Amino acid sequence: MKKELVCVICPNGCFLEADVVQGESGTEVRQVEGALCKKGVKWASQELVEPLRTIASSVLVEGGEIPLASVRTDQAIPLEAIGRVMEEIKKITVRAPVRIGDVILVRPSGAACNIIATRNVSPKGGQ
Amino acid sequence: MGPKELKKGVVVVGGGPAGLAAAVSAKASGCDDVVIIERGRMLGGILNQCIHDGFGLHRFKEALSGPEYAQRFIDQVQDLGIETLLNTMVLSINDSREILASSREGLFRIRAGAVVLAMGCRERTAGAIFLPGTRPAGVYTAGVAQNLINLQNIMVGEEAVIMGSGDIGLIMARRLALEGASVKGVYEILPYPSGLPRNIQQCLKDFGIPLHLSTTVVELHGRARLKGVTVARVDEARRVIQGTESFIPCDTLLLSVGLIPENELSREAGVAIEPLTGGALVDDTLMTSVEGVFSCGNVLHVHDLVDHVSEEADMAGHFAARFAVGEMKPRDSYIPIAPGRGVRYVLPQKISGEMDVVISLRVAEPMEQKAIVGRDQNGRGIFRKKQVKLHPAVMMRIKVKKEKLQGVSSMEVGVEG
Ligand code: SF4
Repeated sequence: MKKELVCVICPNGCFLEADVVQGESGTEVRQVEGALCKKGVKWASQELVEPLRTIASSVLVEGGEIPLASVRTDQAIPLEAIGRVMEEIKKITVRAPVRIGDVILVRPSGAACNIIATRNVSPKGGQ
Repeated sequence: MGPKELKKGVVVVGGGPAGLAAAVSAKASGCDDVVIIERGRMLGGILNQCIHDGFGLHRFKEALSGPEYAQRFIDQVQDLGIETLLNTMVLSINDSREILASSREGLFRIRAGAVVLAMGCRERTAGAIFLPGTRPAGVYTAGVAQNLINLQNIMVGEEAVIMGSGDIGLIMARRLALEGASVKGVYEILPYPSGLPRNIQQCLKDFGIPLHLSTTVVELHGRARLKGVTVARVDEARRVIQGTESFIPCDTLLLSVGLIPENELSREAGVAIEPLTGGALVDDTLMTSVEGVFSCGNVLHVHDLVDHVSEEADMAGHFAARFAVGEMKPRDSYIPIAPGRGVRYVLPQKISGEMDVVISLRVAEPMEQKAIVGRDQNGRGIFRKKQVKLHPAVMMRIKVKKEKLQGVSSMEVGVEG
């Protein structure tokens, strides 16, 4: 069976056509066409078995120069886990200062990723 | 007593991604007194509110969020000791590179060796202005909604419709969905989306948000707060097809109907504007029609990737520094470049022919299995680049070696079979 998909790894957004068969061990991806680079082939094989995505959001900051610090996953996680991870992120409040790369959450709801801060937030009224 | 007067080497107007990269590059290219003038209270510009990742894949080989990408440049600006004036507004620039600016301390004048224009762009709102119906609360441009949600912790609504399929609109559709809002759909008047294919996938399809092409919002409803919109299908001439109207209940409408380079200052300085890009007409050093005034980033032409903005700004900053230290010879003859069949615009619009150039362009409509071809005054091919897919949402950058430009007195870049 032919499946069409878009590789989201880089902005080229290659349109891929994958040949998929249902083997004994589940979905198998046979041939992938249209990828400008090798990553796309690997991506298609992953995408058709278990799609992975990164997500970004923000958490509340107490005592900061701005009220929010943006955060993101440091690894791609299964698409279906995003809702649960977002719920965990929403519960979090941190105190300023926040530095880029600070780990805000470790393995939220068991997902294989950490949530890291993506902006610096200085305390209100000074460094 | 008149305003205070300063003298500077390179003055960069705007502290967003283009301004930051231009300033760093100007300093690295040998200009000692570089200053960035930013009207906001922080550097980084629009990147501060672009918290999704995907920035920096070209530049840093990493998928960074907007604030992280900006911070890499802000760190360099600080390490290099580049002066930054925040909360400072440039009021005017004249054609002898005299800048009038104002800050809390009052008005001041700067005589600049060279100027880099890096003011970015703003969002088009015309789509909503011409809509019939009421003027309720709940209508935002996608970028304003992004600022409210990501920087100010203000949620814009619970049931949203997105008008236009620009990248910011697509990214905000996902953001709203992640925050628990119901996104009813994205309505695009054109028969193809205007955002990048990867955003159609990861912002809409991943979240089950429908994309309606050749469909647009035709009327707003609600008194104090938006209660819904009427959408309708359009024909090839973008005229509403009677009888296809339907009502979509929603409390929020986000507009993602295009970006416009912010060139008021440039115009006042006498910079010639190219109608096809809405930005300055530039040569291959990114110098505008006003000597010593350079332009880069979204104020020059709207980009889809910040990596390309930085690359372009590197170049503008480099040549601005060369100009400021008196190392750039004036030239009087250029090779003009014009868009040919199937190409919406090309940039730069004129080149010296004496150095390698990067030609940026966008095609006029989606196409498959074509080539971008540059031809000289006699129709001889200068370059040819085959493409599997061509899309107006994707800006292309093509490098042309100077050896290929020998004997060329004009160039046309078009799409061929
Ligand atoms: S296949 Fe390679 S080039 Fe194409 S989108 Fe994926 S990563 Fe980018």
